[in-house]
Amino acid sequence: MSRLTRLLAAAVTMLLAASQPAHAQLSVDVTAEGGNQLVIAVPSLATPQSAATAAGTTDVLGRQIADVIVSDLRGSGLFRPLGPGAVRAIAFDEVTAPAYDYWPGTGAAALVQGFVRANPDGKLTIGCYLYDVALKQELTRQGFVLAPAEWRRAAHKCADAIYARLSGESPFFDSRIAYIAESGPKGHRVKRLAIMDSDGANHRFLTNGQSVVLTPRFSPDYKQIVYLSYIEKRPRIYIYDIGTGRQRVVTESANQTFAPRFSPDGRFILYSMAIGGNTDIYRVSVNGGPSTRLTNSPGIDVGGSYSPDGSRIVFESDRSGTQQVYVMNSDGSNQHRISFGSGRYATPEWSPRGDLIAFTKIAGNFRIGVMTPDGQGERLLTNSWQDEAPSWSPNGRVIQFFRTSQGRSGGASVWQVDLTGANERRIPTPLDGSDPAWGPLLP
Amino acid sequence: MTRKSLTLAAVAALAITAGCAKKPPAQLPPAPATEAGTGQPEGPASGIEGAVLPGSRADFLRSVPADRIYFDTDLYNIDDQDRATLDAQAEWLRRNPNVRVTIEGHCDERGTREYNLALGDRRANAAKNYLQNRGIDASRMSVISWGKERPEALGSDEESWAKNRRAVTVVPQ
Repeated sequence: MSRLTRLLAAAVTMLLAASQPAHAQLSVDVTAEGGNQLVIAVPSLATPQSAATAAGTTDVLGRQIADVIVSDLRGSGLFRPLGPGAVRAIAFDEVTAPAYDYWPGTGAAALVQGFVRANPDGKLTIGCYLYDVALKQELTRQGFVLAPAEWRRAAHKCADAIYARLSGESPFFDSRIAYIAESGPKGHRVKRLAIMDSDGANHRFLTNGQSVVLTPRFSPDYKQIVYLSYIEKRPRIYIYDIGTGRQRVVTESANQTFAPRFSPDGRFILYSMAIGGNTDIYRVSVNGGPSTRLTNSPGIDVGGSYSPDGSRIVFESDRSGTQQVYVMNSDGSNQHRISFGSGRYATPEWSPRGDLIAFTKIAGNFRIGVMTPDGQGERLLTNSWQDEAPSWSPNGRVIQFFRTSQGRSGGASVWQVDLTGANERRIPTPLDGSDPAWGPLLP
Repeated sequence: MTRKSLTLAAVAALAITAGCAKKPPAQLPPAPATEAGTGQPEGPASGIEGAVLPGSRADFLRSVPADRIYFDTDLYNIDDQDRATLDAQAEWLRRNPNVRVTIEGHCDERGTREYNLALGDRRANAAKNYLQNRGIDASRMSVISWGKERPEALGSDEESWAKNRRAVTVVPQ
């Protein structure tokens, strides 16, 4: 158990229903490393009657939604879901009246039931209910009315409701990732801006690969992406508007600008600019205009990540001689180093919860780690040849990063790991992938 | 500092390629081409290989010991061998005053992406500043950092990384 345990409001021991007294609270513990997983049954969502929709028939959608819920819950590492293939289907009138006599026999402690209904206006109504099998009571419910094409969002929101209710944590499944899709030979990689849902679905390429693009970040409202592009062989930061597909230069300069980040309120962009070999960090309005220089040390000050309240910035500097992590106020004052362990520290990212800084630790290999904003409690979460550039889940409980493999045929792929260091897994992408940037919970 | 041992490794691996290996001292300036180049500063189109236009990339490559200099891990200083290379480049640029060049800064894969973009800019500027001190007008030289995005050698080993930590003076075709 880590000290994080004490930070959690709802850290309680998992209780397996069958052996517990009636007042026991059903829950999962996000701080338990490889702890017991809660067995949860997720039968196909029922439908009052099978009806055709723009996304397929409602009974097929019921199965697909259950599959996405199962995938989300399993991916969190906290659950052992029994999906549609493992448990019997339910009838529509069972949705709000579970067969409490049946479910204990499956081993499930929790039960998710729901329905999909096609409305006359072409939209779907999707309902989702969570039950405690032993206590025979409903724990939470969610309902959504949405276009058929958005059915996956209902599934993620349902999974989020289950996760939040049972873990006491904030939700995170209903969110998206921006990243760089990679292909081609190592010496001349083709790099394309791409976006996808948090589980890899709804994948879309946004640029065609003619110019190298790097280090994307979503705006807080998901309408824009700020990134670095080598268009016209001039590396500069651009804002890509997802609605229009247009992109524009953020700040005009003869110098190279890179490492862009949105402020938490979306009004500013933090970026780095190299002038004559010296790199410093600047801030500019998202609409352009004059920039404010925030660092002025000789050497490389680069990157940066705002605290969730926007008052401070964590960044990387080699002013001491090697790459280390520093914190400053958002106006550039009070710059102080926080990393003092062995090796170098790079790519700091402030957790959306505010409690931790994730970083790349360079000591031989590259590993992903976390520490508090005052530099305490360093923990390394991964152990591979080259893991780089952490990005936080919206709830600050999971970290994505990219992993590079060695050699001439080496490539990059997107991975994620829990804060406990457990449940490490690769995120499926159609091509190689790097520079993942996890956006906030969808609005 | 691991400069010497890395240099030796690089020498061993690169000995075949003129201008790649970091050789010991080397006296300062002129006498650029003893191996690959023509050694004839004023005779670009020597006739043997057909037309090499004065001021062209081919002319440049024939006239200097190398179009690039190499750096040690995380460093960007100019050593004696770099000076010999850059002195020859400066000499050629003086003879071709209308040519503008781009100096590319590169890094090996064993650095984080954004830091490498800054480090590549440092390396390109180290070469640019040296050429400027040798009398080449800064307005003729632009710099671009590619960080670790365009490795020359593709292995994940010291020899490959040594080849990738470079600043390359690129003359238009």
